[in-house]
Amino acid sequence: MSFTIEFVSPEAVLYSGEGTQVIARTRGGGEIAFLAGHEPFIGSLEPSEVRVTEEAGVVRSFAVRSGFVSVTGASVTVLSDQAVPSEDINADEARADLAQAQEELRSNEHDPYALQNQRWAQLRVDLSATA
Amino acid sequence: MPGGAERILRRRIGSVKNTKKITRAMELIAATRVARAQQRARAARPYAEQLTGVIENLAAGGADVSHPLLREVENVQNVAFVICAGDRGLAGAYNSSVIRSAEREIQALRNEGGDYRIIAIGKKVADYFTFRGFDIDTTYDGFTDNPSYENAREIARRVRQLFDNGEVDQVELVFTEFVSLGTQRPVVRRFLPLTSAKTIADAGGGDAEALAGFSFEPSPEGVLEDLLPRYVEARLFAALLDSAASEHANRQRAMKAATDNAEELIIKLSREMNRARQESITTEIMEIVSGAESLNEDEAIIADAFDFESLTN
Repeated sequence: MSFTIEFVSPEAVLYSGEGTQVIARTRGGGEIAFLAGHEPFIGSLEPSEVRVTEEAGVVRSFAVRSGFVSVTGASVTVLSDQAVPSEDINADEARADLAQAQEELRSNEHDPYALQNQRWAQLRVDLSATA
Repeated sequence: MPGGAERILRRRIGSVKNTKKITRAMELIAATRVARAQQRARAARPYAEQLTGVIENLAAGGADVSHPLLREVENVQNVAFVICAGDRGLAGAYNSSVIRSAEREIQALRNEGGDYRIIAIGKKVADYFTFRGFDIDTTYDGFTDNPSYENAREIARRVRQLFDNGEVDQVELVFTEFVSLGTQRPVVRRFLPLTSAKTIADAGGGDAEALAGFSFEPSPEGVLEDLLPRYVEARLFAALLDSAASEHANRQRAMKAATDNAEELIIKLSREMNRARQESITTEIMEIVSGAESLNEDEAIIADAFDFESLTN
C-alpha cells in the first residue's frame, strides 16, 4: 500500500510522490521503518541515511545531517536542514570535511557542533563508498 | 573657436552612451537575479511550512516546555540587532533604508539606557556603523546577493550563542521584506526569544489538521529542543532570501532609472551638439559670404584704382 512522501530541505524539495516505505534513524529510537497506516509520529533524526522506497520498488537513498520525520494520517514528511541524495555526495569534499571536523575535535573534544560535523562527514564518506 | 563646442559635446555623448550600456547590462543582470532569488524563496517555503506544521503538531500534543530560546526577560537591557543589507551599492535606497531603520531602533534603545550588539550582514552595514563609531559584534559578508542555508546556520549559531549566554535579552531582525516586485519595505521583527510553540503554531497557518495522539521520538521535549534551533535558522534564512530578492529588485529599478536618464541626456546633448554644429556651419558660411563680398568690394576698389579702361586705351 502506498502513501504520500515529502522530503523537503530549505533549498529544495528532494522528493515528492507516492511510496511504500520510508526508513529513518531517530535520535534515541534507532532505525524505524514507516509503512502505510503508521500511527501519528514525530521524530528527531540523527545524522543518518534515509531510504525512500518508491511505488515501483526503487529505493532512493539520502544522507541527512539532521531533521525530523513527521507521520500524519496518509503522509510521511521528512524535513531536513541539510540533506543530499547519496549518489550526489562529493566524496572528496566529505573526506575534507571529516578531516577538518576531527581537527576541531582535537582542540575541543566535546564541542557538540564539531561532533555533529564529524558524524555528518563520516556518514557521507560511508555512503559515497557504497553508492 | 568653431567646432570646439561640438567636439566636447560629441565626447560627452560618447561617455554617456558607455554609461548607458553599463547600466543597461546591470539592469538586465539584476532582472534575472530577482527571478532566481524569488524562485529560491519559493523553494524554501515548503520546508518552513512543514516545520511550522510539526510545531503545530507538537503544540497539539501538549509539548510546551521551557527552552533557552523561549526565555523571556522582563526588563530588557541588552538587545542584539541582526541587520541584513547588501555588500554592494548601486541599488537605490535599498541599503540606506534598512540601515536607517536599524539606527533608529538602536538610538531608541540607547535613549532608554539599554545596550546594543550589532550583527552586521553585508559589507554596507559594517561600513556604515563602523564609520559612525558603533561597536560591531560580528560581520558576515560576501553572500548577501545569493545566501545559502549554511550562511543562515552560521549566523544563527552566533545569535543563539549571545542569547544563550545571557549577553543579550532580546534579538531584533532588521531586513527588507519582499512584498512584490514593485514593493519592498524595511521591517524590524522580534527574533528572539521565540514565542511559545503554541503561538508559533497559531501564527504559522500551516496545515491546520493537527492531530493529537502523536508519539514522539525521543520525547516531545527532545523533539522541540532540536526543532526550535532549526526554526530560528529557517526564519533567518527566509529573511536573507527576502533581502537578496529585494536587493536585486531595487538594483533593477535603480539601473532602469539610470538607463532612462542616460537616454534622456543623450537626446538633450545630441540636440545641443546639432545646434552647435549648425551654428558653426552658419558662422562658416557667414564668413565665406562676407569674405567673398569683401573680395568683390576689393576688386571694385582695385578696378577703380587702376582704371583698366583708361589703361587699355
